[in-house]
Amino acid sequence: MNWLRNQWQACRLALARLATAPVNTLLSVLGIGIALALPAGGHLLLDHVAALGKGAAAAPQLTVFMSVEAERKAALDIEARLLGRSDVAQTELLEREATLKRMKASDGLADVIGALPKNPFPDAIVVTLADESPAALESLAAEARKWPRVEQVQIDADWAHRLAAFVRLARTGVLLLATLLGLGLITITFNTIRLQVLTRQTEVEVSRLLGATDAFIRRPFLWYGALLGLLGGVAAWLIVAGATLWLRLPVAELAQLYGLELMLAVPTAKNTGILFGAAAGLGWLGAALSMRQQLSANSR
Amino acid sequence: MIQLDRISKRYPPDMTALTDVSAEIGAGELVTIVGHSGAGKSTLLKLIPAIERPTAGTVLVNGQNVGALSSRALPFLRRNIGLVFQDQKLLFDRSALANVLLPLEIVGFPHREAQRRAEAALDKVGLLKRARALPIALSGGEQQRLAIARAVVHRPGLLIADEPTAYLDAETAQDVAAIFMEFHRVGVTVLVATYDDSLFPGARRLRLDHGRLA
Repeated sequence: MNWLRNQWQACRLALARLATAPVNTLLSVLGIGIALALPAGGHLLLDHVAALGKGAAAAPQLTVFMSVEAERKAALDIEARLLGRSDVAQTELLEREATLKRMKASDGLADVIGALPKNPFPDAIVVTLADESPAALESLAAEARKWPRVEQVQIDADWAHRLAAFVRLARTGVLLLATLLGLGLITITFNTIRLQVLTRQTEVEVSRLLGATDAFIRRPFLWYGALLGLLGGVAAWLIVAGATLWLRLPVAELAQLYGLELMLAVPTAKNTGILFGAAAGLGWLGAALSMRQQLSANSR
Repeated sequence: MIQLDRISKRYPPDMTALTDVSAEIGAGELVTIVGHSGAGKSTLLKLIPAIERPTAGTVLVNGQNVGALSSRALPFLRRNIGLVFQDQKLLFDRSALANVLLPLEIVGFPHREAQRRAEAALDKVGLLKRARALPIALSGGEQQRLAIARAVVHRPGLLIADEPTAYLDAETAQDVAAIFMEFHRVGVTVLVATYDDSLFPGARRLRLDHGRLA
């Protein structure tokens, strides 16, 4: 109860201090907000890009196309041959009649296909490998190309893998950025609190003379740091959300030109929570480090 | 209550403030410390709440060796001491009432009770009507009385004041001194450094001369 009252009192004091210098507060909040908006926005964007790749098969696949003249039996033979191998996990036979039907159903193609004298599609076998390495994929593809009646072998989901690799790299970049800017946030609060303590030197001194513990003196400054960080986090959220809404339509239009569906959304509740928590935590940390230095510098 | 045993205090490089001072102050006593400027009055007072520590000798307050207290234990010693400083050390960014509330907040008093006590303390020094005023708006005598209210609001057993009447005219000085006399009457140990101990009739006098007890 006492603890809660102390915290509440310190929190109110910190809020009052933030409010007494609105311009300073606003500038600090904006600085922190921009610093946090970069990694937060990057993270959000990568989430969306990564989701694009999700639709494509995650497991590496091969498609073996038979020649158009091949009979069904040849395709079945190839499928059996593939299934007999230890490095093949699964196969699926796409019969040419079914492919034709599917293609006719899609817009714009029906007329073209209808104009053709005969079914242009071959039988095809989609192969999922047990071994995911690109080398295994390549070697099976090379082998299958030599089999009878096989016209072509295509390695699928290549672009999805490239995208995934790019997203992994970009995530590392965002993490690096977040670390650097997080350190920046700690520095900002460290300095702000240092200035606060300097302007409140008398208060610190008098409180000590009246029997205040270091914890009592530290408390409002820690709240100040945490609240400053939190407000910065809110600013970052507003920046990211604003940019998202602004970019939403143009990005969706661009994506559509590539046949992709990409609708930017504002950060989820979970990500928002993480952002606010991290911002407040880093602000608190900067304040704590600053107070440790300040209080030991004029300890008595 | 306070025992000073062969206290010396030197400031580097070679300034000696106190030399071999021994004295004892009993609970409930009213003691004045007199002496010329630079005699070591302020230094002596600062040793008791451990604002300064002696170079040699021991300071005992309620049997506790103050000079050897850890910085963690220090706040709890000071909570039983009311301090009035020469320069008052008021906080000018908050009202008179908020200044008086500070010692109670430090001890962790419930807000309502603290409010009540702070108002009582202001009333005692005749400042209740100025409770909302900022210290800058108070006269010298009012500021000194505000400092006293802050020093006594948590009802310490020991009240220490360094030249509380230094910058006041004769009449105001008399008023301020009377407040100290009143606390002495209700059993508080009062220790006052002053240039004019005629303001504190009946007090035991300790005279310092160039850092030695005369």
